[in-house]
Amino acid sequence: MKLPDLTELALRNLRESLLRNSLTTIGISVGVASLVAMLSLGIGLQQLASRRLMKSGLFDTVVVTSRRDLRNFGREEERSGPAPAESRILDEPTRQEIERLPNVSEAYPDIRFITELRYEDKPHLTMVAALPMSAKSNDAFETVQGQFFSSDVAPEAILQKAFAEELLGKTPKPGIDETKVAELAAPLMGKELTMRYAQRETAKSASSTAAGDKSTSGDQSVSGATYSVVSREQKLKIVGVADLDPESMRGPTRARVFLPLGLAESLHVMQPTDLREISRAASDQPVYSSVNVRVKNPGQVQKVEDAVKKMGFNTFSILDASKSIQQFFKVLDVFLGIFGSLALAVAFIGIVNTLVMAILERRREIGIMKAIGASDGDIRKLFFAEAGAMGLLGGIVGVALGWAIGQVINVGTNIYLKSQSFPAEHFWSVPWWLVAFALAFSFFVSLAAGLYPARRAARLDPVQALRYE
Amino acid sequence: MMSSLDRFSSNKAPAVDTAVVNSPAIRVQQLCRHYRMGETLIRAVDGVNLEVRAGEFIALLGSSGSGKSSVLNLIAGLDRPTSGSVIVHERDLAQLSREELAHYRLHTVGMVFQSFNLIASMTLAENVELPMRFAEVDRAKRDSLANDALTRVGLKERKNHRPSELSGGEQQRAALARALINRPQLLLADEPTGNLDSHTGTEIMNMIREFNQQLGMTVVMVTHERALAERYAQRLIFLADGKLVGNESNSAGATGKDYARTETERP
Repeated sequence: MKLPDLTELALRNLRESLLRNSLTTIGISVGVASLVAMLSLGIGLQQLASRRLMKSGLFDTVVVTSRRDLRNFGREEERSGPAPAESRILDEPTRQEIERLPNVSEAYPDIRFITELRYEDKPHLTMVAALPMSAKSNDAFETVQGQFFSSDVAPEAILQKAFAEELLGKTPKPGIDETKVAELAAPLMGKELTMRYAQRETAKSASSTAAGDKSTSGDQSVSGATYSVVSREQKLKIVGVADLDPESMRGPTRARVFLPLGLAESLHVMQPTDLREISRAASDQPVYSSVNVRVKNPGQVQKVEDAVKKMGFNTFSILDASKSIQQFFKVLDVFLGIFGSLALAVAFIGIVNTLVMAILERRREIGIMKAIGASDGDIRKLFFAEAGAMGLLGGIVGVALGWAIGQVINVGTNIYLKSQSFPAEHFWSVPWWLVAFALAFSFFVSLAAGLYPARRAARLDPVQALRYE
Repeated sequence: MMSSLDRFSSNKAPAVDTAVVNSPAIRVQQLCRHYRMGETLIRAVDGVNLEVRAGEFIALLGSSGSGKSSVLNLIAGLDRPTSGSVIVHERDLAQLSREELAHYRLHTVGMVFQSFNLIASMTLAENVELPMRFAEVDRAKRDSLANDALTRVGLKERKNHRPSELSGGEQQRAALARALINRPQLLLADEPTGNLDSHTGTEIMNMIREFNQQLGMTVVMVTHERALAERYAQRLIFLADGKLVGNESNSAGATGKDYARTETERP
């Protein structure tokens, strides 16, 4: 029998026992709906988490640290590769080398230090970090009030919201919204900050030959490289206030005051690495505790990480963190999928039951069809078509139902979030592939449910079936 | 009725190939069909030998349980013999696969039953075209053939009615239209007038005889009414306890007296 005929006959048969078949189809719908609802929730939460991470701008960033930096001792990466003492130093030539790697758009040193800032003659101690000009395009600075640095060496500063509050003598309260940031920015804009810092200065007596790499080994005397630390002041103009949470997971933005990178470099602020790398601290080449490498696109993070590791450095990217997050969501999806499928399993039994009942009820009809020339295959296909039609119909209704449940949960949760003064979020996501998957799944599960009834109907003995009243 | 028969024969090849007209259309050899019912073995058909010429009209007679319907079901390919063979147009049904047997039922055999066996959920037109669906005939062709067939049996006006809305005679006429829709060579009728009054019974029997005489269809009819068989069949086969107990030629069947007139004499 041809497919259109099969479909037509199947739909006709479904209409004949409308109530029973409708109930079965509703059963499938509920199963599909629960599957869709569960999986959409899983996917939605995953996307929510990914979105959050993307916003950090760290998804395309690899943080490179020297193996000599033993503060992170114990991390897995350090067990392979050269021993810390023999590994390379993360200095300016190395930074340039990293910047030349394929797929790297930028490699900039992570300069940060704790220092004192004076505003209207009141001292404030805080963490200062340097930002490259490229950070302007970073989503993290999208909500800056005022403007970004005018140039890479401009004596300008962007303040973090909480620090701005501190300067104005306001106590932070929970649930501050953006209008408040604008209010904070207004009185501070264009005002002057005075930053006091420790500058590292190469001593006049220092020999330029001290730049050699391993010259200090076995030498008891001073190798000729000395430097001094000088206290200095730098005036900064406040150009912006950023609405950033300093405690959030945003590496380069974990600071309260931001300076342009060029300016920060020119200041030669004393860094902790200067003490650790005492052997070449007097060299003219700056040594960095860490370098942030921006990758052209997040897909190449792994490649760049591998390349940098090969050079003998430790790397860290949000990919490492997101990997475990992804793993968590995979497991969550599986569990949600299993719970969703349970309802579909019940629907499966419902289909089998309905079709077996239909065989008993239509026994005579099957006998007639066989007597007038229907083959086993025709009868089997007919029952398959009925199961498939119920599956497809149930799938369509189920997807719609699942989507509706999702919307209700979304709206409901957001109303709750709003009442708790959190921003609205999109928890629910029904991607097109999930719709297709749910329809196909429901269809094939229904066909599988039709397997036994169809076989049984096809094997029916026509003589006995015709005798049946 | 004649004109509709003409139409039937005109849009198809003759039902019976002239080359096989005089060879037996059906050859039944040592046919046995045994059932096991609990401890006892029931010999429904027990060593029946029978030949039916192409274009012949025979009646299988016997009381209930004589095995006449079992023989018909075996010829129809609805059942398989325990032993022996049914050879229809040189093909041994016992050798056919289930699929081939279905094909045989679809194209070679047309069946009518005592209880009509129309599908209750379908209209007459749908019932009549159902075998063509199994034969995968195109929809347009199907519609026109079903229309023709229903016109032929005088049910054109009722084609959108369901069987339950029709009288027994009308239902049996629709069943006849359905049996003939795929132009079979054999018409097998199992007590076709059993549920009908004498007048409509005559109507149906006359139609069957016309199909036999004008289309050259081979007809095997099962009945327990000897009078009916004598009116229409050219040969009467008597069965008792699954065995063939009589085989009489019946010259009256060929001419065919009016069944309705003698029907009144029935007890």
